[in-house]
Amino acid sequence: MSLSQEGLTALRVKANDVRQGIIRALESAGSGHSAGSLDMADIFTALYGSAMRHDPKRPDWADRDRLLLSCGHIAPVRYSAMANFGYFPVEELLTLRKFGTRLQGHPERVTLPSVETTSGPLGEGLAQGVGMAMAAKLDAKDWRVYVVTSDAEHQCGLHWEAMMTAGKFKLDNLTCIIDRNFIQIDGSTEDIMPLEPLGDKYRSFNWEVFECDGHDIGAFLDTVEKCKAVRGKPQVIVANTIPGKGVSYMEGDYTWHGKPPNKEQAETALRELTADRERILANA
Amino acid sequence: MPETTMDGETLHLHGYTDAASVVQVPTRNGFGEGLIEAGKKNKNVMAICADLAESTRMEGFKKACPDQYLEIGVAEQMLVAMAGGLASAGKIPWIASYAMFNPGRSWEQVRTIMALNETNVKIAGAHAGVSVGPDGATHQAVEDIAIMRVIPHMTVVVPCDSIQTKKATLALSEMFGPVYLRFAREKSAIVTTDDTPFQIGKAQTFREGKDVAIVACGILVYNALMAAEELAKDGIDARVVNNHTVKPMDTAAIVASAKHCGAIVTVEEHQVHAGMGSRVAEIVAANHPVPIEFVGVQDRFGQSGDPVELIEHYGMGTTAIVAAAKKAIARKR
Repeated sequence: MSLSQEGLTALRVKANDVRQGIIRALESAGSGHSAGSLDMADIFTALYGSAMRHDPKRPDWADRDRLLLSCGHIAPVRYSAMANFGYFPVEELLTLRKFGTRLQGHPERVTLPSVETTSGPLGEGLAQGVGMAMAAKLDAKDWRVYVVTSDAEHQCGLHWEAMMTAGKFKLDNLTCIIDRNFIQIDGSTEDIMPLEPLGDKYRSFNWEVFECDGHDIGAFLDTVEKCKAVRGKPQVIVANTIPGKGVSYMEGDYTWHGKPPNKEQAETALRELTADRERILANA
Repeated sequence: MPETTMDGETLHLHGYTDAASVVQVPTRNGFGEGLIEAGKKNKNVMAICADLAESTRMEGFKKACPDQYLEIGVAEQMLVAMAGGLASAGKIPWIASYAMFNPGRSWEQVRTIMALNETNVKIAGAHAGVSVGPDGATHQAVEDIAIMRVIPHMTVVVPCDSIQTKKATLALSEMFGPVYLRFAREKSAIVTTDDTPFQIGKAQTFREGKDVAIVACGILVYNALMAAEELAKDGIDARVVNNHTVKPMDTAAIVASAKHCGAIVTVEEHQVHAGMGSRVAEIVAANHPVPIEFVGVQDRFGQSGDPVELIEHYGMGTTAIVAAAKKAIARKR
């Protein structure tokens, strides 16, 4: 189902809110991962705002779609999206990484059950998603599993075990979304351990492969609909993203992978994002 | 033989003193039988196998409960992670491989996905100890108790024989939470019967005695009992405790043995560093310090050989236990 123009505009505004929440949370925490969090804001907004079956008032709803964040270090985007879609108050974002918070530096299911699993050690999300998708199949349930992974996580062996297993069991209720931003802590993914041709690798593991602009909410939602129509194969969406998207001085700069903005940098970022927000509304 | 009682409960042990009447069955068989029974009782019980269906004894389950069985190949990290996903959607997955590879290879997944994440995943660690025999050191897990007992939320059980392994499999299937069940490959003596009680976390005094307490787990409980028989010939009255639950350990039973006997010998088919005996020492040191001798692998790797030969070589045979008991008694003040 395609969204109306108004619906799309509302989601773009929401994505902007999510980004502002990320900046505020990271600045308050004084540590954390900026680039990947910002570049997945559009996709998390699209998932929570349209693609997924979920209910913020019933996070333990048995028939909800499951969203797993494999690259747990970009938890700020998930937390901000959850807050902006009603799971908890937006102010709680300011507790990120602080003592006693539910918003742990890397997400924990026991403290915040709706994150579906505890993540942070890389390469483990898809494998758990395979288990969940398998459980849905065994119980003839129609909920779906979405797993968000980073591109650099594909350097972990377990991820390939999961790809192979998903192919074997033809888990068509499983969609993997890759944050293809080409960066990791030490630099470019293609310098450190080349992943290309990434789509072909999935194809050879019997997956259906899609590619889209990770910042085009409409295109992403259309791709998710195509995924839902696939039968007999798991699907992957290679979402091309720009690290730090939305904050000019962070965009494309890998050094923002693992650090937060300081107070002045956060103010600049929020000013830019507020201007963006006005542009989105003016162009609607 | 006289019936041993524990807290007023009769233990109904199998006769073990007459070598001719001792029945030998691998502990892994008990796992296989228990798994089938658990699977028939509860359709959510599953078995996931990493290319070792026959040797881990999951094969029977595969035939008995085919819809609850998955085969994923040689991928132990996947075993744990996939089971975590299944468990968080309501399944009760048992995952089996050799203890050396699961939890050996998969430890970080065990810690994060099973324990920190509090999922209801059950690990069956097969072929544990040097008694795997000819396969050699690469396949002889003698560090697995240590790496599992150190993880918060984990339950660790090392049953003494095949019958108890079956009971443990059933009991662990019914409790909620991450567990590690450790068992061995080779045939070993049956010392319990179908009527012997079993409760997770409750140590069992298999033989009463006042001079020294031999606290053992796994298939070496039999050697501990035989050592006690030997010690009796020298007028030494040894208590034998089947300490099957390494975590949470029965603190009261350990402290009671320390107080009653004044000396302890721990016996396990595992490195003496950080295993079951180390936990006993932690409890004794904190509550009622007495001399302790540790029987187990002394900071070495295993090697190829016959199981019995290896148990003797690495100092876990009856003679070694007898010597350790005498040493512990001699150290009493």
